[in-house]
Amino acid sequence: MDGANSETARRATPPSTQDAAIVTDAAIELHGTELRCVGTWTVAHLVAIERWVEGPPTTALERAPDEQGPAEVTIDGSAILALDTAGAWLLRRMVAALERSGLRGAVAGLRPEHSALLEMVEELAIQTELGVPLPTPNAVARLGQHVWASGRQGAELLAFIGEVAIAALRSLAQPSRIRWRPILYNIRTAGFDALPITGLLVFLMGIVIAYQGASQLRRYGANIFVADLVGLAMLRELSPLLTAIIVAGRSGSAYAAQIGTMKVTEEVEALRTVGIPPIEQLVLPKLVALTIALPLLTVYADVLGVVGGMVMARSELDVGFADFIDRLQYALLMSDFLVGIGKAPVFAGIISVIGCFQGFQVAGDAESVGRRTTVSVVQSIFLVIVADALFSVVFNWLGI
Amino acid sequence: METAGVKKSIIEVRDVHTRFGDAIVHAGVSLEVREGEIFALAGGSGCGKSTLLRELILLQKPQSGSIRMFGREVVGLGDEQALPLRRKWGVMFERGALFGSLTVSENVGLPLREHTLLGDRLIDEIAAVKIALTGLPPSAGAKYPSELSGGMRKRAALARAIALDPDLLFLDEPTAGLDPLSAAGFDVLVRRLQELLGLTIFMVTHDLDLLWRVADRVAFMVAGRIAGIGTMQELSTSQEPMVREYFDGPRGRGAREQAWKPR
Repeated sequence: MDGANSETARRATPPSTQDAAIVTDAAIELHGTELRCVGTWTVAHLVAIERWVEGPPTTALERAPDEQGPAEVTIDGSAILALDTAGAWLLRRMVAALERSGLRGAVAGLRPEHSALLEMVEELAIQTELGVPLPTPNAVARLGQHVWASGRQGAELLAFIGEVAIAALRSLAQPSRIRWRPILYNIRTAGFDALPITGLLVFLMGIVIAYQGASQLRRYGANIFVADLVGLAMLRELSPLLTAIIVAGRSGSAYAAQIGTMKVTEEVEALRTVGIPPIEQLVLPKLVALTIALPLLTVYADVLGVVGGMVMARSELDVGFADFIDRLQYALLMSDFLVGIGKAPVFAGIISVIGCFQGFQVAGDAESVGRRTTVSVVQSIFLVIVADALFSVVFNWLGI
Repeated sequence: METAGVKKSIIEVRDVHTRFGDAIVHAGVSLEVREGEIFALAGGSGCGKSTLLRELILLQKPQSGSIRMFGREVVGLGDEQALPLRRKWGVMFERGALFGSLTVSENVGLPLREHTLLGDRLIDEIAAVKIALTGLPPSAGAKYPSELSGGMRKRAALARAIALDPDLLFLDEPTAGLDPLSAAGFDVLVRRLQELLGLTIFMVTHDLDLLWRVADRVAFMVAGRIAGIGTMQELSTSQEPMVREYFDGPRGRGAREQAWKPR
């Protein structure tokens, strides 16, 4: 209530009200056909007045008019201690509420500064009434808007991929245009800096697979086949997939957020005005860097995943490291390794294109950056898994 | 409880020192803003004006010195204790700082929703009045900040700053980035608001036109110190070399001559 005290002290000129103790909520008292406004008519003290204005007219007032016609009701504002725009607005609404119930209201007795404020609000009220609220769309319209937006975004994604492809071809034709520095920087941030987290997760995954397999294999005395299990699962499927998902969460989101923020601060437009195509500067280095970094990360993940399996095999199945590696040579073919590594560049393309595309889709505000970043992660993980499924079908079909 | 005098002082800054690492931002700043006046803090870029503003609105703490707002010491005040004070002032940030996810009308209504028990309909109406008061068309209320021009965004930010009918209004570079016509409109608007709502206004600016036309008193800041304080008339006759340089530059002269015409 501290806030209101000085408000009263300032707006109410009589020295008696300077006392901080006298802060009363705004109220309306009825005296015959006169409504006397009392108390502090400032925004923090208006709840009672709002209820009066929004509610039905009081019974006392309904009795007041004669049968002949609208009666005059005086709204006496002389006892208002302090008035602000919200209070003045409610005074105006009081007059309107009286008119609704067939009475004529007139505000009287206001202090000069208060009536100036009321006049100003009256004047502004005429302007505010011009505003027409937009109709809210119904369910069918919303569905339509949604479908249309999704379709358009799909088309824009295709256009974006096309633009990136053209920029890439232009760079190939003119290798001097390739920006090596951002490529190297991105290899470091997306690849090297991701080593600890990727390594840890894949190592744990190797342990989990070996552990799950161990109880089954032990039952048949086929302990040594844990090497087949871990090796094939990690190299063919899990390490490329896990690595791609980690990188999508780490780097794909960063791409979207970076480009999105640059869009909000008009840096993207600034690049264009100084004659640097944004795609060449912002997208291609990321695409190239990730296409290099992700397969390398996958190899690293292969190694750590298998090491995780080896550790588990020794402690649970009594398969020593040497036996494990020995068996691995027979279990794995070169093609198994290459199948896993071969997927990585495709995943890299998906992650970087989706991340950058969503970054460019940012419009206007900070919330849009957050939304687009989320969308980029969800979409790129989704597409990575879809692509992985397609790879499985194709490899199966080709018999690899 | 307040200092004696005709008008009590709303802001009292005494000997404030601020450092960021090795960089000294304020080396003993003192000033006083009295009730009902339009006070401007002027000075070149990087002289510490904006930092002082941030200290006044409790976003930053000085290393030493005293800042009294409405007669209450605020240095070292916690968020909880600062709340009643914060409700007594409105702040318009340089770039508006409107919430991008809300429409202009919702932006203006936000402080009302947060700090009063009024109903939604009434809040929307009060917001519409504030929007109209700052000279925006009614259609602006339903728009998002990203759909507005720079000048409109500033007006919308001003509407939000006066949403709770504050006693004190802080304006950070109110005319920066506006075209001359909009800036002139803003001059008039600030004056009008002060007269209508009886506000005390503290603004940070280096817009000479605004200083000449609107400010009652001006403090001129140079390298973390107040080099001069007074009306523009007094400052323009100051002997302080830095102040002279500022006012005697070609733009300073132009603004001064301009200031005499329209009144």
